[in-house]
Amino acid sequence: MAKSTNTWFREKILLGMTPRDYIISNVNVPNLIAAVFLSAGVGVMIYRLLFGLGPSTNLSDNYPWGFWIGFDILVGIALAAPGLALGTAVHLFGMKDYHHFVRPAILSSLLGYVFAVFALLFDLGRYYRIPYLIGYSWGFASILFLIGWHFFLYINICLIEWAPALFEWLNLRKLREFFTKMAIWATIFGVIIAGGHQSALGGLYLVVPGKLHPLWYSTLLPVFFLLSAIFAGISMVIFESTISHRVFKRQLKNFDQAQFDRRTIGLGKAAASALFVYFILKFFDIAHYNNWSYLNTPYGYWYLVEILGFVLFPALLFTHAAIRHKPNLVRWTGFLTALGVILNRLNVSIIAYNWYIPISQKYYPIWMEFALSLGVVTMLVLFYRFIVNRMAIMYEHPEYESAH
Amino acid sequence: MPISRREFLKRTVTIAGTSLLGSSTIAHAYQKGGPSIFSTGNTANEGNWKLYEKIEATLPEDRYGVLVDTTRCIGCRRCEWACNEWNKNPNRPIKEFEASVHQEKSVFDAVRRMHAGNFTVVNRFYSSRDGKPIYVKRQCMHCENPACLASCFVDAYRKSTAGPVLHLPHVCIGCRYCMLACPFDVPAYEYYEPLNPQITKCTLCYDRITREGGVPACVEICPAEVMRFGKISELIKLAHERITKNPGKYVDHIYGEHEVGGTSWLYLSSVPFDEIGMRTDIGKTPIPNMSKGFLFGVKMFEIVGAWPLVFGAYYAISKARKKHKSGHDTSPEEKGGSHGEKH
Ligand code: SF4
Ligand code: SF4
Ligand code: SF4
Repeated sequence: MAKSTNTWFREKILLGMTPRDYIISNVNVPNLIAAVFLSAGVGVMIYRLLFGLGPSTNLSDNYPWGFWIGFDILVGIALAAPGLALGTAVHLFGMKDYHHFVRPAILSSLLGYVFAVFALLFDLGRYYRIPYLIGYSWGFASILFLIGWHFFLYINICLIEWAPALFEWLNLRKLREFFTKMAIWATIFGVIIAGGHQSALGGLYLVVPGKLHPLWYSTLLPVFFLLSAIFAGISMVIFESTISHRVFKRQLKNFDQAQFDRRTIGLGKAAASALFVYFILKFFDIAHYNNWSYLNTPYGYWYLVEILGFVLFPALLFTHAAIRHKPNLVRWTGFLTALGVILNRLNVSIIAYNWYIPISQKYYPIWMEFALSLGVVTMLVLFYRFIVNRMAIMYEHPEYESAH
Repeated sequence: MPISRREFLKRTVTIAGTSLLGSSTIAHAYQKGGPSIFSTGNTANEGNWKLYEKIEATLPEDRYGVLVDTTRCIGCRRCEWACNEWNKNPNRPIKEFEASVHQEKSVFDAVRRMHAGNFTVVNRFYSSRDGKPIYVKRQCMHCENPACLASCFVDAYRKSTAGPVLHLPHVCIGCRYCMLACPFDVPAYEYYEPLNPQITKCTLCYDRITREGGVPACVEICPAEVMRFGKISELIKLAHERITKNPGKYVDHIYGEHEVGGTSWLYLSSVPFDEIGMRTDIGKTPIPNMSKGFLFGVKMFEIVGAWPLVFGAYYAISKARKKHKSGHDTSPEEKGGSHGEKH
């Protein structure tokens, strides 16, 4: 008995190696860097738990939300939108030829959400009360309530969508069949739920008309957040697939580079359309509030950097790349677009927030806030790698191929 | 004096923090807002919430509030002292408060805000009319339609029929969204409490005003009759009277009458309100209304609008299945060919 568990462990967890070989195979530079990040991150987590938010962050009564919300939640969730973007494309619009991208996308959404919530726990004062939200005290008028519940539901949805891969790995055929059937429904509900909370993240800032700079504040904030989550999601699919097709190349048996390039360009086109719509809406937004005069101020220049450099420019690049058939340009542009979304979320949550107070009194994160976030990102990447190395994420499981 | 457990813990934390990080973090924290940001273990909010549970149902439906006449304030800061005293916040001898107004270097040099250990602050501004100092007391405004209440995702606020907006610490998770939402930057947070940090704010002395003849501690101690406690409707009448009877003395505006839908604290001033640190750009719309439309929209979409989508998807799926069954061996060319139409 002991022996059979042992082989199971070796096959499934250690990739068929002996524990010694497994450890040796993992001693390399990237893993060492990861270990450094991890230990710094975990160290800060412990420090935060022991001493509270005051010593471990630069947060203050004027800046109740800082880098952990701005980056871990707003950026993290926007970049975890691949599941939303591809779920819609493949299951609702029937773009079946993108289904190769679906499993990695779902996995990154799942891990993205789980780790965003994990990081959030360190920002919440009384993290141990988080179950209150689900079953004890409901604030129906709160947008945060909507988001909390949607996160909860969406993580469950992602788990269902991911379950087939898990049960293929564990070789539990019946369960796998069951979850495969459910997965389609989960995707549909997932699209609704994800759309709801991506926009609600923008909706969070609807209540701060006096605190958020007028160029960023708008009643359309939810729409902007939803749209940008869509191109962020697509960009992340482009970005991730580029990386993972390099890193996990040996997993892809009959990999067709030309086809992969075509798909990438197709994704680029979709991202470009979303970017253009976003840009036009932003334009109307300024016109509607008659905010032109703000453009000629320091905040205005910063705004223009965001809108021209990280929205219009990538939109044009995507278009150019699609016309000229340049898949690598699409990949770089995907990266640029994702950077732009990061910039946008940090602008809304930190830089353009409390814009009227003097620069000297503005919030900036201290190293511990960065370290914790970096630690969480490292965990996410390690988990992603762990799962991809073991389960049928990048390829179709040989024994289950026909089921697709 | 024996040090209490909390005091001891606090010191240990400070020492540990200092030795771990160097004292710069602590020094920085002081810049962030003076010693009252280190305060922890607030009890006033919890006490008032317990009282609320007990007596709220028996209260008559009268809205009370306070009218502040900033032209009268002499900056003695006794209200700060009395508030600390009544609410068991960390306090100093009253002399130190009274001294500020005469000191060359004093707390008045910077505009302060409320922190974990103080529910109210008095700030100094200089009149644009005659250059004389104007002192302005600040605390929670006790909005008619409070942003803090609507924004809280675990419903940790209550609006009493008597006017006070109370925070219920027993459900608060500490997300601090209420601090973000409050247009007057009122709720403060115990950043230096690792395990059980609370939101703290003025209670409008719920535990005093619900007693026969009770007025808030800050109102009671004021030597210059700056503040008047009473029914809001009467206070507004009184304020208008003062404005019309003293032409030229006040700007013709009662701050709080309409701001974000009305507040229980009302202010009179001799100079425009933005010159004495009050936000005049927050509008008359209650903050909760800003997100109401969106919330409604999302719920409607998810409950009603989503169903056509679900059925549409079902239709698409079943159609795709049929197709899949009939043409099981779709060749790769065909698959690739369908790509073009997709976009
Ligand atoms: S002033 Fe702020 S804390 Fe006070 S009731 Fe209004 S929204 Fe709430
Ligand atoms: S900090 Fe507490 S009271 Fe404020 S919104 Fe969050 S849970 Fe509610
Ligand atoms: S009403 Fe009570 S709690 Fe509020 S500032 Fe005055 S004394 Fe303090």
